[in-house]
Amino acid sequence: MYSTTEHIGVNELGDMIINVGPQHPATHGVLHLVITLNGETVKKVEPHLGYIHRSIEKMCESLSYRQFIYSTSRMDYLSSHINNHGCALAVEKGLQVEIPARAEVIRVLMGELTRVASHILWWGALAMDIGAFTPFFHAFREREMINEIMEETCGARLTMNYMVPGGVMFDLHPNFHKRVKALLQQFKDKLDEYDELVTYNTIFINRTKGVGFISAEDAISYGMSGPSARASGVSCDIRKIYPYGMYDKVQFDEVLLQEGDTYARYLVRMQEIRQSLSIIEQLIDNIPEGDFQAKTKAVLKLPKGEYYSRVETARGEFGVYIVSEGGMTPYRIKFRSPGFSNLSALDHMTRGSKIGDLVATMGSLDLVIPDIDR
Amino acid sequence: MISFSEIASSVHQWLNSHLSPAWVLTVEMVIVGVAAIALFALLGLVLVIMERKVAAYMQIRLGPNRVGPKGMLQSTADTVKLLVKEGITPAGADKFMFNLAPFIAMITAMLLLAPLGFAKDFQIWDLNIGVLYVTAVSSLSVIAILMAGWSSNNKYSLLGAMRSGAQIVSYELSAGLAIMTIVVLTGSLQLSEIVESQRNGWWIFKGHLPALIAFVIFIIAVTAETNRAPFDLAEAESELTAGFHTEYSGMKFALFFLAEYINVFTVCAIGATLFLGGWMPFHIGNWEGFNHVMDYIPSSIWFFGKTFFLIFVIMWFRWTFPRLRIDQLLDLEWKYLLPISMFNIILVTVIAIYHLHG
Repeated sequence: MYSTTEHIGVNELGDMIINVGPQHPATHGVLHLVITLNGETVKKVEPHLGYIHRSIEKMCESLSYRQFIYSTSRMDYLSSHINNHGCALAVEKGLQVEIPARAEVIRVLMGELTRVASHILWWGALAMDIGAFTPFFHAFREREMINEIMEETCGARLTMNYMVPGGVMFDLHPNFHKRVKALLQQFKDKLDEYDELVTYNTIFINRTKGVGFISAEDAISYGMSGPSARASGVSCDIRKIYPYGMYDKVQFDEVLLQEGDTYARYLVRMQEIRQSLSIIEQLIDNIPEGDFQAKTKAVLKLPKGEYYSRVETARGEFGVYIVSEGGMTPYRIKFRSPGFSNLSALDHMTRGSKIGDLVATMGSLDLVIPDIDR
Repeated sequence: MISFSEIASSVHQWLNSHLSPAWVLTVEMVIVGVAAIALFALLGLVLVIMERKVAAYMQIRLGPNRVGPKGMLQSTADTVKLLVKEGITPAGADKFMFNLAPFIAMITAMLLLAPLGFAKDFQIWDLNIGVLYVTAVSSLSVIAILMAGWSSNNKYSLLGAMRSGAQIVSYELSAGLAIMTIVVLTGSLQLSEIVESQRNGWWIFKGHLPALIAFVIFIIAVTAETNRAPFDLAEAESELTAGFHTEYSGMKFALFFLAEYINVFTVCAIGATLFLGGWMPFHIGNWEGFNHVMDYIPSSIWFFGKTFFLIFVIMWFRWTFPRLRIDQLLDLEWKYLLPISMFNIILVTVIAIYHLHG
């Protein structure tokens, strides 16, 4: 019934070929990795995409400038606020509208809350990839608080669709201030607990230190961005290099480490949580009064031309490129998603390591599959 | 106090007065068989619900709380579900080996229960080489895992089985040497004599440093031997989906699952017997009153209390630690635990020769 080759699944060199995914606990989605193994050692990793392709870019061509923003919430669903922010910025560039100060602050606040939520979820998921189940539940406790804040103000917990061209859709909920304060207090208590549980755990350090190394040169040539690149010493925080929104008016540090391994990527994200919380702390008491949305026309039409904006999502640089022919819908839209470039470096990072290292490295890249495969 | 041997002899007398000797033997065989299987199933159910409750407690959630009072019947419901579920044999699998493997896993787990002293005068089989029997039979469990992994025709299963083989063979050395420490101190391989030797103090207290080191090594080694986290590489979920039992479903999976928990129970019971005095109550020197109060607690409660404490510790490991990588796992054994165990056994031999232990 089965030939020998099919039965043990070996190639002509005698290496075992194993399919991780599209349904596999380590891929956090429908990513398909074809791994060539020599015993436990990884010889080659080949990512296969296309299982969750929804052709969002093509869909956007038939949606108006107000509508297409909502479909971007479905790309990187863990930082939908920031995706929406990037799209809104691109449209605003074309419309030449002035954004009210209140809207700018709300946007940054929401963006940083999203970043914290995303990093916290990633923290739990990485720990689970490495075999510890408990951190995942602790992470969800804090993430739930952020989700509740989102639910009250935006009306949704995951795909918020809160940013619109010209500002934000609604004003802040009266409870917003109180809840964010409670969240900041909660994190002050719990971040040390996270460190105790995972960061200083000897097994965790052994599993991540020196694993999945990538140098700064390679990180740049693979086009990596976000915390994954900053762990290799590549300064690439869009909030610092090309400040948008309020980011040039708040104090925060770009977290840079030189090690380039999984542990460094872990530490960068843990530091970024603290930085994001400090941004929230600076802004939460200083939300200016005023409009939350600029007056825009009912039907938006961008002048003929090309518009590009970029934002820093929880995973890296997210770019929006709009080509307008002057009509009600974009002529062409292209998104630059951070996960795609980060995933492309996976093969380079994991060659010669064990299967366990592959899972740890993949976890540390913080891949969100719908973002890679639009 | 009612002792188990009294109950047993009264049952024996009652049967003899009503039946012919041949029937007495038959009935007694059936009783013992049913009792062993009932104990086996009950232990599995209790341990599964315990694991889920411990996990829930560590993970700030409630755990099963719908079936029965406080969810205590959840594992019973799960067992019934698994019993009526179809057991699928994948195409291309070696059918005979595939179906045999779960039974081998279960039989080895059951055999290990035989020499345990559950309470005073309650031991199914007090054999004179009890410790040797335990180490010998427990190493058979690797055969079931290798068979399951090899015959499944699944690469994940194969990898899991190979990891498990390397792991169990390595950690058996340390576990064996840790057990040997107590054998050297006691001078006997018989489990009942080992318990008896702890009448005036448990080995962990009166065995000086070597017993303490041996205890720690024993706990680490048996956690690895039973394939529990942080050494659960054979079924590393995020890497190999479910490892060696990926292709198993229904009751065949349940047998593996049950065997794992019975193995955990057995190794903890062995640990409690060797290091924590088995069913011996806790005594402090010549505090007569205190020792009397301790004696009033039934010996079975002492035994199960100690065993379940060790089981809790092992569950605690599982829900706190990340998983090791395969090379780190083998490093830990061959570079650290084994040399320490060997040094430890020399130390304990010196202590035993000069009669420094109590």
